[in-house]
Amino acid sequence: MKFDAKTFQLLSEWTYERKPLSRGYNMRTLHVDVGTRKVSEKPVSEDMKKRFTGGKGFGLRLLWDATKPTTKWDSPENEIVIAMGPVCGNTNYPGSGKSLVVSLSPMTGVPIDSNVGGYFGPYLKFSGWDALELQGKAERETIVFIDGNEGAVRIYDAPADLPQDTHLLAEALTHAFAKDEKDLQSVSVVSAGRGADHSPMGLLNFSLYDKRRGACRVKQAGRGGIGLVLRNKKIRAVVARYKGVEQDSNGAADPAAVQRIGLKLHREIVVNDDKQCKMRKQGTAHLMEVMNDYDLLPTKNHKYGQDPKGPEVASWVWEKLFSLDLPDGCWFGCTLACAHAVDHFLLETGPYKGTKVIVDGPEYETAAGVGSNLYIYDPHGILEINFYCDTYGIDTISFGTMTSFLMECWELGVLNKDRTDGIDLTWGNWKGACQILHDLADGKRFGVLAGKGVKFLAEYFAKEYGADPQVMKDIALHGKGLEQSEYISKESLAQQGGYYMTNKGPQHDEAWLIFMDMVNNRIPTFENKAEALHYFPMFRTWFGLQGLCKLPWNDIEPADNAKWPEPNKVPEHVHNYIDLYTAITGEPLDWEGLILQSERVYNFQRTFNIRQGYGHRKDDKPPYRAMGPVFEDEYEARAERYDKQMKEKIGIDPAGKTVAEKVRITREYRLKQYESLLDAVFKRRGWTEDGCPTPEHLKKIGMDLPEVLEVVKGRIEGRL
Amino acid sequence: MIKYLHTDDSKCVGCMTCTAVCSQMYFKEDNPAKSCIQVFGMGKGAFHLVACDQECRKCVMECPTQAITVAKTGVVMINKSLCVGCLACVAVCPVEAMRYYPGNKNPFKCIACGACAKKCPKEALSVREKEESEAARKPFEVAAAVAQGGDK
Repeated sequence: MKFDAKTFQLLSEWTYERKPLSRGYNMRTLHVDVGTRKVSEKPVSEDMKKRFTGGKGFGLRLLWDATKPTTKWDSPENEIVIAMGPVCGNTNYPGSGKSLVVSLSPMTGVPIDSNVGGYFGPYLKFSGWDALELQGKAERETIVFIDGNEGAVRIYDAPADLPQDTHLLAEALTHAFAKDEKDLQSVSVVSAGRGADHSPMGLLNFSLYDKRRGACRVKQAGRGGIGLVLRNKKIRAVVARYKGVEQDSNGAADPAAVQRIGLKLHREIVVNDDKQCKMRKQGTAHLMEVMNDYDLLPTKNHKYGQDPKGPEVASWVWEKLFSLDLPDGCWFGCTLACAHAVDHFLLETGPYKGTKVIVDGPEYETAAGVGSNLYIYDPHGILEINFYCDTYGIDTISFGTMTSFLMECWELGVLNKDRTDGIDLTWGNWKGACQILHDLADGKRFGVLAGKGVKFLAEYFAKEYGADPQVMKDIALHGKGLEQSEYISKESLAQQGGYYMTNKGPQHDEAWLIFMDMVNNRIPTFENKAEALHYFPMFRTWFGLQGLCKLPWNDIEPADNAKWPEPNKVPEHVHNYIDLYTAITGEPLDWEGLILQSERVYNFQRTFNIRQGYGHRKDDKPPYRAMGPVFEDEYEARAERYDKQMKEKIGIDPAGKTVAEKVRITREYRLKQYESLLDAVFKRRGWTEDGCPTPEHLKKIGMDLPEVLEVVKGRIEGRL
Repeated sequence: MIKYLHTDDSKCVGCMTCTAVCSQMYFKEDNPAKSCIQVFGMGKGAFHLVACDQECRKCVMECPTQAITVAKTGVVMINKSLCVGCLACVAVCPVEAMRYYPGNKNPFKCIACGACAKKCPKEALSVREKEESEAARKPFEVAAAVAQGGDK
């Protein structure tokens, strides 16, 4: 069905003067209140630029100012902020097209931030804005349109017959807002999908028009339920149009340097990728067999990390299914090109059964989360879940972790067909998992309950079905309410911290320390681990301040990377980033300065959590499944490893002990270890024992703003 | 058929007439760094000429905006209005025949116009035609395979 924006009912229009970008900044942000339909602009001060840098920093600053300590995810004043960062939008350095989306999360109650590709962010930036705030609640289904060439923001009534699911909606709106066929690549759509109407796992899809396929592709701001916030505001879609992207649209201080630094990495990728991660052929799915080999691939709700069936979903399986030899970057100039897709995929279930579609992915997290973790080793099943999650606007990570929890509950006898409205949740039944999704999209039956997430379900099953509350707590893999992403963290204490000592919840974008810690034993002491849990979260936060993707940092490495000190930091690439930042902004930067930029925003975000009533030490603790074996059979499956550790690390001879005793001893030891790690990490980060940034530390890093100090003093003095 | 600039290293004497003609024609200055044809001195009076063979078409496959296309003559062309200047084409070119000049927005390459061949005093350069090859067809085959067409 064809739509034309000219026929949409225009509710309000606001025009602005177009100004060229200078040195990566517009120095103004756009505010849209969909409730009052008022649009306005705000200047970005030099102080805001200095302290918050951009991207996620700007997003958090704007969200803090827009909300109150009492604001909930569904309060009208809660916002969705989409912000880019100064480096975002350059076409030369791979991975430079990211937007950072920030909102108070329906899952955690604290700010979530999600890093997403697609053309929307760069187009919004070239349209004249460093960030977009969406606030208020619309009465009717609304479309917000930003035309960067005309300098206009228009709010439309969404036509009643407009499709809701993303693969149709993005396509319809791209055609509706493009001037003509040649203009299709100038349009990008942000939307959710029907599933996001009913679940805190709802996400945002950011589209990019793929000329070769002649169709829209989507990338996801997946975590924390921002899609539900969008739908709660009755926003059907946000659309940006910008035509005329050029090498220097970002207004770089030194465009030739940007070219030089970018070309250097392009060449490195072209030469090394086939020998390293094969991102250009397999994307992040290259990790599947590696993780399975190292006992790290989530299997049956993270109970195990390995299975003989692992190779059935290995990278080579995906490589055969992906369409190859395409420039599958999610922004122009990304030669790492990991955004692969399966074309002409014939759906076997649901409302689109019998149609052929493009499946974006699977990426590693999806293949693991809705594959091995559900004991699904049928690539077709994984692709079908992948497709429906995307089009319904559901996060594959939360959905995978939630469904694996349900399947384990099924195995434990907590669930049965009477309790699932007839859905069989035996391990490996992908059609059962799909049925949950379809029900979720319809807003009916068991799917709606399931879609509430594992934190809710664990409490619900204990209360309503008499399940053992401790077991439920142990196997519900979430932190702060957000489901854990897809790596086994049991054998790496540092990674348990990497997951759970995070601002937003257990998402590995802050730190991935498993090989460093568990395999290579490079960070043996608590102090070593704490240092890693300071450095890597700070370093990786920086990508979010700039509008960058993390993957070109260490999913491609200089051929001689290993010979340098601290190869885990990929020093040459860090220097690329420093040079790139300076080439664009004209501002000098060094390695310490880079970390400091992040540290300011990281501590601001922690303080934001505290302001919303969270951010305590207890909020940073993992469920036991993430730390060690919950059940006796889980222990016995790796008995040799655990017995050895008991003898060598704990200093207790396991001989003659029952399995139950050994499970208990291991558990007590590991819980204690985690407490010691918390102490060390908080100390290193300049926080109190309860995880609150100290005023002295905030002063040291230049984040001693009065409103921030007020919150931390309130917490330290026991008022908050 | 594919039109291309044929180079014969054995005839080249390194006079740089071709680079002067080319850079004058497209950049209005005599600057070998802005010439689509490149002359490399190999020592002992030997020279190596590099220009696009119009056949490998890796750049056509790599371009994210389809700014690089194949003309009816088989020549690989850059559409500047679509080019976003990412330089991915420069990186994938196996012989570095895709060129860029620091600070200029778009890359550039030989389009077998033949201006240099006309002025070459040693007849080391000539515009010729050759048969299509498997490599030359690949971008079209890949695009056809993923086109969603009637399946939507």
